[in-house]
Amino acid sequence: MSEPLIALEHVNRTFMVKGQTIKAVDDLNLSISAGDIMCLVGESGCGKTTTGKMIAGLLPTSSGRILYRGKDIATITDKDRKAYRLGVQMVHQDPYASLNPIQTVYQILAAPLQHHNFTRGEAKTKHRVRELLGIVDLTPPNDFLEKYPHQLSGGQRQRVSVARALTVQPAFIVADEAVSMVDVSIRISLLKMFARLKDEMGVGVLLITHDLALARYFAWEGRIGVMYLGRLVEVGQARDVVDHPQHPYTQVLLSAIPEADPDATRSKRRIELRSTDMPSLLQLPTGCTFHPRCPAFMGEVCEKVIPPLKKADWGSDVSCHLVPAYES
Amino acid sequence: MPEPVLSVHDLSIAYQARRGQVQAVRNISFDVERGEAVALIGESGSGKTTVGLGLMHLLPTMAKVLGGSVMYRRHANSLEPANSAIEVLGLQGGSLRQFRWHECAMVFQSALNALNPVLRISEHFIDTAKAHGYLSSYQQTAALQDRSLKLLSMVRLDPERVWRSFPHELSGGMRQRVLIALALLLEPQLLILDEPTTALDILTQRNIMEVLKELRQKLGFAMLFISHDLALAAELADRVATVYAGEIIEIGDVRTVFNRPYHPYTIGLIKAVPTLTGDNASLVSVPGSPPDLIDLPTGCKFHPRCPLADDRCRREETKLTEVESGHKVACWHWPNAREVLKTFQV
Repeated sequence: MSEPLIALEHVNRTFMVKGQTIKAVDDLNLSISAGDIMCLVGESGCGKTTTGKMIAGLLPTSSGRILYRGKDIATITDKDRKAYRLGVQMVHQDPYASLNPIQTVYQILAAPLQHHNFTRGEAKTKHRVRELLGIVDLTPPNDFLEKYPHQLSGGQRQRVSVARALTVQPAFIVADEAVSMVDVSIRISLLKMFARLKDEMGVGVLLITHDLALARYFAWEGRIGVMYLGRLVEVGQARDVVDHPQHPYTQVLLSAIPEADPDATRSKRRIELRSTDMPSLLQLPTGCTFHPRCPAFMGEVCEKVIPPLKKADWGSDVSCHLVPAYES
Repeated sequence: MPEPVLSVHDLSIAYQARRGQVQAVRNISFDVERGEAVALIGESGSGKTTVGLGLMHLLPTMAKVLGGSVMYRRHANSLEPANSAIEVLGLQGGSLRQFRWHECAMVFQSALNALNPVLRISEHFIDTAKAHGYLSSYQQTAALQDRSLKLLSMVRLDPERVWRSFPHELSGGMRQRVLIALALLLEPQLLILDEPTTALDILTQRNIMEVLKELRQKLGFAMLFISHDLALAAELADRVATVYAGEIIEIGDVRTVFNRPYHPYTIGLIKAVPTLTGDNASLVSVPGSPPDLIDLPTGCKFHPRCPLADDRCRREETKLTEVESGHKVACWHWPNAREVLKTFQV
């Protein structure tokens, strides 16, 4: 097997809030190969954004290691760090806040190209900027070069953000809720663009989202990881996770989602939680953190023992005492 | 047949901007029947929130109602006889105060900002009652508390605890439920909900949806539901209206609109939303982006994005016309829109 592009090994991240420690990410293990498409899904506060930021190098881990092409990003040499910094790019959620309002699209895209010596001279830079705009479907490119962010729609701005991430020819893009602020009618075209980056340029994408239907669509050929209170509770092929969810939390989430079909959504079987209240991150439940709400709660074992993430029958990795481990 | 609770007729609202007039709502007409749930769906900037604010006289100062009428009819209940129709747009002072909350209440999008951070939840309920002319005597205070606690438990909150809490002690979902309970305090017959579950987690959203369904069954109020989330409308609404560039372009029974949409934009919206069970290949975005509301395109406002557009669409404005019983569409090409778009891929 080839070396993974990015590997997370027992990654923890804690935050101090008013003198108390909050565990945002707890013992996370994940491996992503070059060109992988992966979605992290979960509710707010589950640690999915923190994970994305750690992978992009915007936030150090509290303990555990993140490897980029086999090298620990906390201790790599300056030369390797530069390769990592360029190799992993981030697209943020809010396209209204992530672009400099006083720079034109050309300036926004030319700066990283010139700074990192990807292009030399005005003519070549302009040529490359046009190319990039074409890749993100802002055509004809000449119409956009001199525009300021306020002259663009939300979807167009998000495309500029993606083009900016592409200037340094990354191997991997972390997209944190990159389409959730964009109008419903054009979300799919943005996601199709990300998928094309993978097909045409081999760029892997980690999409962080709270929308499971969107994750299923985007990660059709890839994987979905479901997080709950800082832990991965289920990881597997997107269609396995959505069509045959194994973890009770995944099952509850899927049953709770309304569908854009009046008959289907009204006849859908809903799974009731034992408690609707999300536990406080300050006092995480012992054992399996989902046990106070879990509809399949089995008693002592759930309260005391943290279920390990292990391969289940359907091929997904699941952390639940109830799900039998795969026996080969 | 009883008359509708609310009849909006030819309502137009514009915002004054430096560049010109933003035509946020243009000649919108629709009815809300007694006890019915109507959903206005549309993207950001389509004018759906402006309609809600206009009904409640809550528009910002740079907005102006250009014309139209909004008739409200209270139905008789055990306490009061029926009103004759009142023109909401003409209300002022005391009668406006009477209309708001008592007849028609609104739940806003951001539950985080809608409560006063320095007041306990109990004080929100008491203030609301006082501002609307209740609570002159001690007995009334006791009755109010009873009713408030009952409402809080109806929205599945722990009434005793929440009653004494400050807003910051409650989660986003709890605050949203407090707002729903508060809106129902004076027994309005119409509840306007503006994006009631946006920014909430899936499980919290599910909880609020169940609460709304339950409340509607128990209390029988009508709902005007404003959302960009088609799935939410599919589950909660009896009738759905699609709003585009400030006008209703399709309206009908929820099942009809979702199963047999006629307007290319509605068809496009439904095709653009990924589902958990749907086929992946059929998902397509609507090309282009919404029009500039200051400088609207001629003819049908959707024509620059519409694959069916022809000369007539560019020239002539469309009008909402009934294509089957209770189903109205504003499109020149509605009879074959679905057929043409089926083969259309971007």
